[in-house]
Amino acid sequence: MNQNMSFRKKLGLFLSFAGPAVFFFVCVVIIPLIYGIYLTFTDWNGLSDVKNLVGLDNYAATFRDSAFWNSLLLTTGFALLSVLFINVIAFFLAYLLTSGVKGQNFFRAGFFTPNLIGGLILGYIWQIIFSRVFPSLYSIFPITLLQKSWLSAPGTAFASMVIVQTWQLSGYMLLIFISGFVGISEDVLEAAKIDGANERQTTWHIRLPLMVPSFVVCLFLSLTRSFKIYDMNLSLTAGGPYNSTKMTAMHVYTQAFENQRYGVGQAEALIFFIVIAVISLTQTYLGKKREVEA
Amino acid sequence: MSESSRAAGGHKTLSQVLKIIIAVIVLFIYLFPFVLVLINSLKTKVAIVKTPLLLVDAKGPQWVNYKNAIEEMDFIRAFGNSLFVVGVSVVLLMIFSSMAAWLFVRYNKWLASRISFSAMLASMIVPFQVVMIPLIAIYGAQLHLQNYRMTMVFMNLGFGVSMCTFMCHGFIKGNIPLALEEAARIDGAGYHRTFFTIVLPLLKPILSTISILQILNYWNDYLLPSMIFTRKQYYTLPLAIRTFYGEFSSDYGNIMAGLTLSVAPVIIIYLILQKHVIGGIVAGAVK
Repeated sequence: MNQNMSFRKKLGLFLSFAGPAVFFFVCVVIIPLIYGIYLTFTDWNGLSDVKNLVGLDNYAATFRDSAFWNSLLLTTGFALLSVLFINVIAFFLAYLLTSGVKGQNFFRAGFFTPNLIGGLILGYIWQIIFSRVFPSLYSIFPITLLQKSWLSAPGTAFASMVIVQTWQLSGYMLLIFISGFVGISEDVLEAAKIDGANERQTTWHIRLPLMVPSFVVCLFLSLTRSFKIYDMNLSLTAGGPYNSTKMTAMHVYTQAFENQRYGVGQAEALIFFIVIAVISLTQTYLGKKREVEA
Repeated sequence: MSESSRAAGGHKTLSQVLKIIIAVIVLFIYLFPFVLVLINSLKTKVAIVKTPLLLVDAKGPQWVNYKNAIEEMDFIRAFGNSLFVVGVSVVLLMIFSSMAAWLFVRYNKWLASRISFSAMLASMIVPFQVVMIPLIAIYGAQLHLQNYRMTMVFMNLGFGVSMCTFMCHGFIKGNIPLALEEAARIDGAGYHRTFFTIVLPLLKPILSTISILQILNYWNDYLLPSMIFTRKQYYTLPLAIRTFYGEFSSDYGNIMAGLTLSVAPVIIIYLILQKHVIGGIVAGAVK
């Protein structure tokens, strides 16, 4: 299309088409992002109009905030475990459903259901299961694991979070793996068969390498979503018992809105962002390198 | 399809039956939490604590749980608030992001287009936690815009435009022939008329994908609305259920009824539009 027009006309066209989108984007994302960096150098308490510049104090405080680093470590552990379970389960379910099971669409839709509901409500549903239903099953199955609420001890509370996260997201990743399996060309599989490859060899040497793009997408989505976990954390364990399951997103929230240490909270949020960005970009980069052409 | 070749082995029927049985068992486990909430929503507190797995209460179905939940959650109002915020946000989002995407594709040499589009792309890895504190500092503490539904719409748009513009951008670039627009332009239609009569109708597939993704996002959003709406009268469904849960956490029957009520609308719509939802999610994820 003709891109040579007067500046005024260009400006009018730009503003009337991209103007609203750019305006909302700048107001809600860009300005707060920049203002947020400024906030990390102030001692704002959330109420007063005065914001004193305090230099690098908030970063020093962040450095000393062992609860923050613990939460980051905990979140990393949670994310890694969840990503592992989510993708292994989703991959095997996808394999099962694409290997000629009738009613593939029905199963696909069923497994996806938990993803329609927000983390807050899912957390509440499972809270009842872990704290009420499990102990009440103890009379039927007397095993120690069911004796008391899973949410009352740090280890089982952490496990509960991994279970709920895996339960929800594996149904999502399943969709992506299925479309990956279905997308593998019939010719390639036929060729492998003629060359005498058995079922296991075909899966290991043909399907898996061709599924790398699906893995890249699934790992990226499950990793970033597990790192940013907040809603389910809030409703399932509320960080307890004794802050043992308080993930980074929740730590940042309490630091700012409950302890009124907005500058420190914001500095921690920035570090959190950098960690997520580095991990997810590295993972995508490494994954892309392994992609093969069919 | 890969299915046929893998299924063509010797013990076809036996392994098929086995696979279906496994799939059914796993699916049952996946859906069990929802079933549990549904059956317990009609039971008394005592029955829930003692026999959560029993289908019906010995005293008959406790419809009163639903009555209590609707009243205590102010369900109708919360539902209306959610509907308003989600509806307005999604409609505006689709119009504004498709317009922006069209400009970014057709005038990709303009510096302003390139900068705006790249900034939107890059912003997609920014987690909400990074902008949440400054957002409240600016729009809450300084501009006092909390407790307006339109503030929520405004922020939904700000957080949604990047992803949607990106998706529309790809679609316009790959599927909308320039020749169509040029023909309309030669016939004397202005830029806006060309866009709204020629381009926008052709964007239907991508816009339906976007709307499904965003309706789910906005409908289930908790954290942002919890910071914008501090007054009960504006509460959206997730906020209402949270307050309700806090106040009645030992009234299991009511809680279960409340949870069922908040899950039901989405599930019902899903049952009707299931194919579109799944298709939309796959298309959105692979992008």
